Amino acid sequence: MEVLRATIYPMLVMGGLAIFFAIGLGIAAKVFYVYVDPKVKEVEGLLPGANCGGCGYAGCADCAAAIVAGEAPVTACVASSEDVFVAIGEVLGKTVEVKEKEIAMIMCRGTADKAKRKFQYMGIEDCRAALLAGGGDKECQYGCLGLGTCVKNCPFDALSMGEDGLPKVDKDKCTGCGTCTRVCPRGIPKLVPVSLKIAVICSSHDTPPVVKKICEVGCQGCGLCKKACPEKAITIENSLAVVDPSKCTLCGKCFEKCPTGAIQQILPA
Amino acid sequence: MAVQEAWTFSDYIMLVVSAVLINNILLIRFLGNCPFLGVSKRMDTAIGMAVAVVFVLSCSGPLTWLVQRFLLEPFKVAYIQTLAFILVIACFVQLVETVIKKVSPPLYRSLGIFLPLITTNCAIFGACILNIREKYDFLQSLIFSFASALGFGLALVIFAGIRERFPFARIPKNFQDTSIGLITAGLIGMSFFAFAGLAK
Repeated sequence: MEVLRATIYPMLVMGGLAIFFAIGLGIAAKVFYVYVDPKVKEVEGLLPGANCGGCGYAGCADCAAAIVAGEAPVTACVASSEDVFVAIGEVLGKTVEVKEKEIAMIMCRGTADKAKRKFQYMGIEDCRAALLAGGGDKECQYGCLGLGTCVKNCPFDALSMGEDGLPKVDKDKCTGCGTCTRVCPRGIPKLVPVSLKIAVICSSHDTPPVVKKICEVGCQGCGLCKKACPEKAITIENSLAVVDPSKCTLCGKCFEKCPTGAIQQILPA
Repeated sequence: MAVQEAWTFSDYIMLVVSAVLINNILLIRFLGNCPFLGVSKRMDTAIGMAVAVVFVLSCSGPLTWLVQRFLLEPFKVAYIQTLAFILVIACFVQLVETVIKKVSPPLYRSLGIFLPLITTNCAIFGACILNIREKYDFLQSLIFSFASALGFGLALVIFAGIRERFPFARIPKNFQDTSIGLITAGLIGMSFFAFAGLAK
């Protein structure tokens, strides 16, 4: 009898508890049922899932909900490629207009040996922190500080710090989410269309004599390229040359004239 | 159950101080280390976890006490305590998750991911067991559970505050990530030993 009780009681207690909670949970699941559109889960599965925030929503789940609700376009995700948009479009029964993919480009060529330094920075390894220490250790107030804040924050592991002290973009891995453009205190990484053929790889708005003194490879805004361009595709804005890609024919006259090589043809990777 | 002397107000204060500082569940008892290391990389997730633990433990502590007092003891099956408590806590957490998902979506979004983590958290379970082992009555176990969770939150927030600064420190390569995390946890734990002096 004692043995019987010792076996039956725990079974009864555990079984009773389990049944009680099972019923309770069952009722709760019915009473507090929340309808979730199955499309949201499907779309979320197609998104990259890096939660980079490039779309402007709190994460991929949020973005998926907004896409399904029609608040965001199918192409809202900046980190996805064309086929993902087509797949999302199929889920929602919408046709997709694909915009061109963008990738990040480091708009500075001031490597450790080419750009002068004001002092030796020994503090926290973060560009934003370095900027607080006397405005950064580089003479150039527009140049890359090279402490790799963009590299550390890239959610897709597409950036790496080069030997020369400048970050490098892996064009295959970069999705154009724009996280690096947001974390860089100087806005050195910029999003450019993948098809971009020519660019001025410099961010300096300093006047020609200043640039000449502190950086061997910066754009001085001298205007030689502007004069050389037969298509009038180049303008000088605030001491920095800007190329209008719609007018450029890639004749190459500007590269030849540029004294520092800041204006460059971007070779296919 | 043994009849206790009536507790005075200062006894309750001591219970709270003891649970939060002197016998901090994370740093002195070293329970619940998985979330301690897992969600302490950023302050906002640490605070989310702390709030979730305070909420769940304050409810499940008294709840398991009731199960012990009115179910396990009358049937003389106190030895299945572990099994029964885990069932109670897990079901309770599941219930809470279902309810707040419906009632308060913003709260669900901020707490949601932490609730499943708490289900089999040893800090929660440990505090529930301690309630029984220390022979607390219902009110005492409620206060102890709440204070333990506060201590958990305090330790977690302190740790996250320090850990957030790791990326800016020059840590030797071999000590990075979890290693330095454990070293830091040990150092904070040692500093918490100083609170033992608060008790007579």
